[in-house]
Amino acid sequence: MRTKVKISTGHLYFLILALLLYAPIFLLVIFSFNNSTQLVFPLKGFTLEWYRQLIQNRELLEAVRTSVLLATGSSIVATFLGTLGAIAITRYDFKAKGIFTGIAAMPLVIPYIILGVSLLILYNTIDIKLSAMAAGAAHVVISLPYALLIVSSRLVGFPNNLEEAAMDLGTSYWGALLRVTLPICSPALVAAFLICFTLSFDEFAIASFLVGTQPTLPVYLYSQLRFPNRLPLVVTLAAILMVVSMVVMFLAEWMRRAGAANTSRR
Amino acid sequence: MENRRRITFLLGLPSTYLFVFFLLPLVVMVLFSFREGTIGEARQIFTLRHYADFMANGVYHRLLWRSMLIALTIAAVSVLLAYPLAYFLVFQAGPQRMLMLTLLILPTWTSYLLRIFAWKLILGSSGLLNTLLISLGFFEKASPILIYSRNAVIVTLIYVWFPFVALPIFAALERIDKSLLEAAADLGCKRAEVFFRVTLPLSAPGVVAGFFFCFIPTLGEFVTPLLVGGAQGSMYGNLIQDQFMRALNWPMGSVMSLAMLALMIVMIFIITRFVSLSSLLEM
Repeated sequence: MRTKVKISTGHLYFLILALLLYAPIFLLVIFSFNNSTQLVFPLKGFTLEWYRQLIQNRELLEAVRTSVLLATGSSIVATFLGTLGAIAITRYDFKAKGIFTGIAAMPLVIPYIILGVSLLILYNTIDIKLSAMAAGAAHVVISLPYALLIVSSRLVGFPNNLEEAAMDLGTSYWGALLRVTLPICSPALVAAFLICFTLSFDEFAIASFLVGTQPTLPVYLYSQLRFPNRLPLVVTLAAILMVVSMVVMFLAEWMRRAGAANTSRR
Repeated sequence: MENRRRITFLLGLPSTYLFVFFLLPLVVMVLFSFREGTIGEARQIFTLRHYADFMANGVYHRLLWRSMLIALTIAAVSVLLAYPLAYFLVFQAGPQRMLMLTLLILPTWTSYLLRIFAWKLILGSSGLLNTLLISLGFFEKASPILIYSRNAVIVTLIYVWFPFVALPIFAALERIDKSLLEAAADLGCKRAEVFFRVTLPLSAPGVVAGFFFCFIPTLGEFVTPLLVGGAQGSMYGNLIQDQFMRALNWPMGSVMSLAMLALMIVMIFIITRFVSLSSLLEM
């Protein structure tokens, strides 16, 4: 028996909120193709001029490069550390477990400004020069809880005895980790990497304190917001970034859920 | 014994990392708050001056208080917006609810700076909404309704946060055993009664998690006030940022950060009475 699709108040509410969330993104995309330096309606005509100017802007490309390197590096480290931690907390019982998880999850609930300024003081005290790398070290801290939780929720679904079976069949513990545990985790590892990447790639608050003379993309963008004549370029870049972030996150979500679905079949 | 070695090996690196880049900086900040001045060996004198200054300065307290109120408002409104949304997704949206939830969360992962910037383009005094309204003859001249004010900060942050707040509420509602609701109805509860006496209490941990998950970062916010706050919309975070980037009085900035951190720790202590930290991300 099929009932007619009824648009309820709930659907309407959902639609309005979704519209509000997506409107700015669509607007930016539309204006990135608009043939005018002013961001007003009516639209003037279609152009790829802003995209052309974008790929010729050296400063900007440099910032993109910095951000990509930083996000890649920090998310690899965060995923690696998170995976080690996840194996420990899901496979073993030990006294310090609560303390470890508590401390690792803390960056989720501490304002980024505090992480930023405390690292600024530390770097200054031990004479480490501010740089994109210095900001990347902080990005690992904020990404770690996500990696830890994503990988451990994957591992929880798999029984220990797979590793034990591998060890009975003659491989060492580390061999079993490498050849059984890691492959099991792989969808979660990809998801964790992508989420950490996005987190770092878009992060502004911490980076603004720590990057020194190597602006990441958000820091560079922020510095450009003051110049009205750069607006079309900023808008174009924003359009690209938003679309890319959304695609990456969609992939991450898909990997994570695919992993979770496998687990629940157990 | 074997297990011990493995645990040490597995936890060694992440623990060391967290110690060096998370705990150590906080400890150094505490030490720094007792220093006389920012730079140089000569300023490395123990003093409580900055604490005394902080205690004596009413402006700081008022700003901290105001920022608390702003963050409370934002968290409360976000919960009010997010609860019906999560409720709809769990109980009415059917099998598509995961996809719908993902659709809502997706934009929140795009640069927050840029989304605020986009809204500035829409709502600003020479923004799209104003030009539209002027060309339609509603206004004579630009009216910067939602830009550069405390309200602008509040509206913007609600917009940024409510989808995140919906996540833990969604998770809590999903976990409710639906047969309990039927049982309540069978026993004669009206729909409103079922909601207030069964659904709402059972989803309370999700509400608490969502509330604090929004409240805590918002309290430390300094970027949004810079972008849309103007002179009236400053928050406590701006004060801290000023001490570090402009006034270059880092010890004072440390004291201010620690004051906020102390507040947070009290809050975190309260939350963990209700929910565990890791459940914030459970989906």
